[in-house]
Amino acid sequence: MPDLGRAALVTSFLLLVYALVVGSFAAWKGRKRLAVSAQNALLASFAATLVAAVVLFAALARHDFSFQYVADHTSRELPLGYTLTAFWGGQEGSLLLWLLVLTGYAVVAVLTGRRAGRDVLAWVVPVLGLVGTFFSLLLVFVASPFSTQAAAADGAGLNPSLQNPYMAIHPPMLYLGYVGLTIPFAFAMGALLARRTDERWIVATRRWTLAAWAFLGVGQLLGAHWAYVEIGWGGYYAWDPVENAALMPWLAATAFLHSVMIQEKRGMLKVWNVLLVVLAFGLSLFGTFLTRSGIIQSIHSFTQSSIGPWFLGFICLITAGSLVLIFARLPLLRTKTRLESLVSREATFLYNNLLLVALALTILWGVVYPILSEAFTGQAASVSKPYYNFFLKSFGLPLLILMGIGPLVAWRRASLRALGRTFLWPLAVSIGAGAGLLALGAGSSLIGVIAYTFAVFVLASIALEFARGTSARKALGDTGWLEAFSSLVARNRRRYGGYVVHASVVLLAIGITGSSLYGTTREARLRPGQSMTVADHRLVFRGYETTLESNHRSIRALVDVYRGEKYLGRYKPGKNQYFAEDQVSNEVSIRHDLLTGGDLFLIADQVNSDGSIDLKALQEPLVNLIWFAGLVFVGGALIALWPDAREQRRLAERYAGATVRV
Amino acid sequence: MTVVALVVGAALAVACVVLVALPFLREPRARNDRLARPDELEQRRLALAEERDRSLEALKELEFDHRTGKISDDDYRELVGPLRRRAAEALRALDLRAEHTVEAPTPDQAQARG
Repeated sequence: MPDLGRAALVTSFLLLVYALVVGSFAAWKGRKRLAVSAQNALLASFAATLVAAVVLFAALARHDFSFQYVADHTSRELPLGYTLTAFWGGQEGSLLLWLLVLTGYAVVAVLTGRRAGRDVLAWVVPVLGLVGTFFSLLLVFVASPFSTQAAAADGAGLNPSLQNPYMAIHPPMLYLGYVGLTIPFAFAMGALLARRTDERWIVATRRWTLAAWAFLGVGQLLGAHWAYVEIGWGGYYAWDPVENAALMPWLAATAFLHSVMIQEKRGMLKVWNVLLVVLAFGLSLFGTFLTRSGIIQSIHSFTQSSIGPWFLGFICLITAGSLVLIFARLPLLRTKTRLESLVSREATFLYNNLLLVALALTILWGVVYPILSEAFTGQAASVSKPYYNFFLKSFGLPLLILMGIGPLVAWRRASLRALGRTFLWPLAVSIGAGAGLLALGAGSSLIGVIAYTFAVFVLASIALEFARGTSARKALGDTGWLEAFSSLVARNRRRYGGYVVHASVVLLAIGITGSSLYGTTREARLRPGQSMTVADHRLVFRGYETTLESNHRSIRALVDVYRGEKYLGRYKPGKNQYFAEDQVSNEVSIRHDLLTGGDLFLIADQVNSDGSIDLKALQEPLVNLIWFAGLVFVGGALIALWPDAREQRRLAERYAGATVRV
Repeated sequence: MTVVALVVGAALAVACVVLVALPFLREPRARNDRLARPDELEQRRLALAEERDRSLEALKELEFDHRTGKISDDDYRELVGPLRRRAAEALRALDLRAEHTVEAPTPDQAQARG
C-alpha cells in the first residue's frame, strides 16, 4: 500500500508540473487544446492526491505501523477518532492535506471560474500548478507520508493536547482558509498575466475570498476555544507565533474584502488590491512555513525539519515574482478616479485598510524579530504579550470605532449636517453607556470603558442602519416591516451580512475586554475540607478520584462550588497521564454561567503526594461572548455568501455583452 | 492488497493520461485551436459595461443614502447630475457599439458556440 500512496503522489506531482509548464506555454501562445489539457491535468491531480490521502487514512485506521508516519503519531490504544485525525497531526500528513484541499479547490475554481474569461483561466491553471507543484514536490522528495520501516509493535502515540474533539475540525478549517487564499491569488495573477484590466477576476473570486476568510476566522475561534478548554492555562489566545500566523492572513484578507468594494464601486485602488491579495497569500504560506518548519518553539510546531529552506525559497519566489508582475503591469492598473472627500465611506474603508495592514505587519515583525535576532546575533530575543497588546489597543480600538463610523457615512462625501443627523443617536447611546459603566464601577480599566463605549457605538450604528434601511424599504412599497426587512437584506446581502459580521466582532471585543481586563485570579494550596474564594464563589476541595482509561490514567480533584450558601455543583479539574506518549496533560473544569456570560475556570496546577492540591481559579467575565461571536460571525458570513440571483443576472448580462433595460 | 494497489495504481495512471489527452483525442485536427482573447474593442466594451453598472449602482446607493438621511439635499443635488450623465454616456456608448457589432459575437460567445 505505501507504494500506491507514493505512486499516487508522484502522479499528482507530474500532473501539476504538466499543468504548470504546458499551461504556461498554452496561455502564452494561445493554444486552446493545450490549455484545456493543462486544466484536465489539474483536475486529474486531485484524483491522484485523493488516492494518496485514502491510502494514508487506511493505514491509520489499520494501525499499519510499517508506515513510519502512523508509528510516529498513533498507538494501538488511541481511540479511532483521534487515530484518523492524526492525518493532520504531523508534518507530512498536514502537507498532504494542504495539497488535497488545494487540488480540490482547483477543480471547483477551474469548473466555475469561466466568468473570469478563458484567457485569464488559461493563466490561472499554471499559477495553481506552480503552488501545487511545490507542495507535491515536498511530499514526493522531502517529507513523504509514505516512508516505511520494519513494523513496530506499537506506535509513539499522539501528543495529548491533540487528543481533543477540536482536532477533528480546527486544523481542517484553518487549512480551508489558508489554502482558499490561493484561489484569489491565482486569479489576480492570471488577470495580470493575461493583461486584463477589467474586474472579472474579482467577480470570479468574490465568494472564494469570503469563504477562505470565513474559514480562517472560524478556524481561529475554534483554536482559541480548544486552547481554552484543553491547554489549561485559563486563556484562549497567547500571541503564540503560530496563532499569529493564522491571524495575519486573516487581517490582510479582511483589508482586501473592504478595499475590493472600493474598486467595484469606484474603480479605485487596483494596485493596492492586488498587493493585498499577494500579502494575504504570502502570509498564509508564511503561516504554513512557521508551523511546518520547526523554526520556532510553539505548541503547534512540529519537530525541526528539512522543509524550512524549501518554504522560505518558495515564499521568496512567489513574493518577488508577484511584485515584478505587478510592477510590469502598473500602467494597466493606474486609474484616474480619486478620493472625493476624506469624510466618505470609501475614506473610512481606506483608514480601516491602513490599520488592518499596520496591525498585520506589526504582528509579523513580532513573529520574525526573534528569528532574525537569533540568526544575526546568535541570541534569541523574545517578543512578549505587552508588545502585541500595545499594538492591539493602538490599532484595534480605532478599528472598532471605524466599524461604527463607516456605515453612518455616505459614499463619495458627507456634509456636517448629515453627519450630525446620523451620528446623533449612536453617540448619545454610547456616551450614556460609558457614563453608566463608570457609575457601575467599570472605571478600574480606562481601556475597558473606552472599548465598551466604542462597542455600544458600533452596535447602535448597526441597529440604526437596519432600522433606517427597513424604514426606507417600507416607504418604497414593501407592505410589512418584516417584508421590508427581509427585502433590505436580500437586496444587499454583502452589506448587511457584513454588518452582522461587524456585530460579531463587537461581541468578540466585549468578551476579550471583559475576560482580560476585569477578570480575577486566585491560587491556593488546599487540603481536603479546606476552601478558597474567587470573586463571589467559594470553592471547597473534597479530595481526589482516579480512573483508568484505555490509553491514560486520570486523576481528578473534587471541588464543590458555592455562591453564598447556594451549592452550584461539583467540578473536577485534574490531570491525565498518557501511557504510550509518556506525557501528562492538564484537564481543566469550567463552570459556565449563561446568564452573565462569564466562566469560573478551575486548574489543578499541582497534585501533591500529601493529598493536597495547588488550585488555581479564574473568574472570567463575559468570556462566553467570544464563542457566541463565532456563531454570529458564521451567520453573517453565510448571509454575505448566499447567492444573489439578481446580481447573478446582472453579471451575466454584463459579461455576455447584452444591453440592459433602464 | 498488492494486487488491489497495482490495479488501482494502473487505473489511476491510465485515467489521468486519458483525461490529459482528451482535448486531442476529441479533436485530433482542430479547425480553430486559438484561445479566445478579447481584442481591444471587446476590452473597451467590458470597461463600458463595468462603468455603466458602477454608475447605476452608485445612483441607487446615492438614492438610498439620501432616503436614510446620510446625504443632505444639497449634496444629493450636486452628486446626482454627474452620476446620471456618466451612466447615460456609458449606456449610449454601449448601444452604439451594439448596433455596430450586432452580427459579430464576442470571442467568448464565439467560443461558447463552438
